[in-house]
Amino acid sequence: MGVETESKFHVLAVDDSLFDRKMIERLLQKSSCQVTTVDSGSKALEFLGLRVDDNDPNALSTSPQIHQEVEINLIITDYCMPGMTGYDLLKKVKESAAFRSIPVVIMSSENVPARISRCLEEGAEEFFLKPVKLADLTKLKPHMMKTKLKKESEKPVAIEEIVVSKPEIEKEEDSSVIEILPLHQELESEQLEPMLSSNKRKAMEEVISTDRSRPKYNDITTSV
Amino acid sequence: MEKLCDYFFIYFCPNLMICKNLFIGIAISNKLYIFFFSLLLPSRRVERAMDTLIAQLQRRFCDFTISLYHQGFLDDQFTELKKLQDECSPDFVAEVVTLFFEDCEKLISNMARALDQTGNVDFKLVGSSVHQLKGSSSSVGAKRVKGLCVTLKECCDSQNYEGCVRCLQQVDIEYKTLKAKLQDLFNLEQQIVQAGGRIPQVDI
Repeated sequence: MGVETESKFHVLAVDDSLFDRKMIERLLQKSSCQVTTVDSGSKALEFLGLRVDDNDPNALSTSPQIHQEVEINLIITDYCMPGMTGYDLLKKVKESAAFRSIPVVIMSSENVPARISRCLEEGAEEFFLKPVKLADLTKLKPHMMKTKLKKESEKPVAIEEIVVSKPEIEKEEDSSVIEILPLHQELESEQLEPMLSSNKRKAMEEVISTDRSRPKYNDITTSV
Repeated sequence: MEKLCDYFFIYFCPNLMICKNLFIGIAISNKLYIFFFSLLLPSRRVERAMDTLIAQLQRRFCDFTISLYHQGFLDDQFTELKKLQDECSPDFVAEVVTLFFEDCEKLISNMARALDQTGNVDFKLVGSSVHQLKGSSSSVGAKRVKGLCVTLKECCDSQNYEGCVRCLQQVDIEYKTLKAKLQDLFNLEQQIVQAGGRIPQVDI
């Protein structure tokens, strides 16, 4: 079960209201996401590892000491917050080279079309009107998938994952890739020893360990 | 008394003889009518009596819930809240509702204090407080409270002092009424669970 949580999406939720934080946290947990909540935009940036220079609030630098160990797949923030608003936070995230790929979603209790279009133009993926419902959160999965896949393709992939996911890797479309992730979870609980013990698989293992680039996966799939 | 109890047990429910002392002890100390039932009736009759009791409680729960929606105390958002409650978070609704009522108390008192400064009312403060209250009442499904917050916000925006004071009083009454009603609802839930029943899903 511990391994399963690694493949869950990690969302950073920002809201100054304790009540709203509790709500969004439960909503995200119910949608099978790991959640971290913070009560301000500046705390959110700190969590990400972006240091805000005290002398010049507009300057941003990635602190060399803070390594972002936590991988964030999505930031969901309230619009109306004291100090740094959700819009300001959105801008800062999109301006930073390291984090601009993280999708940002804005929430607001007020339906102001000008506000909504401004946020979307600045790069927000979605704009949710409060109260946010469970159904709204299903819209987030595709956005979170994008960052997750990007990170996964850079990481060395475990052999077990390759064995089961190879049939799907041939076509690199989003819809097929979505199927891969649930398989990872199923895998963790399954017995893999019998599968790996066959000679064919051993040969594949050797191939996999030398070169982990995508094209090689195709070779593996065709051989089976 | 002891001899009488013995006769009751031997005649009506011999299977309970083994733990009769326990039953008597509990019955006398806790006055649980459930156990008095078992003193008098055979076990199958007890089961049926319990089922009837659970069914009655469940029906009362459904009727009460439906009435809260029909009378405008609660709306769809409360239904959404219940969807978020499960085995991982079994008390979610109660926790959120408690937080909401604490918010009500704090924000209403802030607004009352601001309105008390006659001649120097900080309408901006009242406005931001009512905005927060509107948000949380909307998230909880407290329909009437939210409606009154909307009115209060309008009075505040137009700096209508009398309107603000009147509205705030209504908000105060309304949240307290809802608090009492939800307490009754939670009590009913507890009674059902204690009687060994399941809390029914109510379709509004």
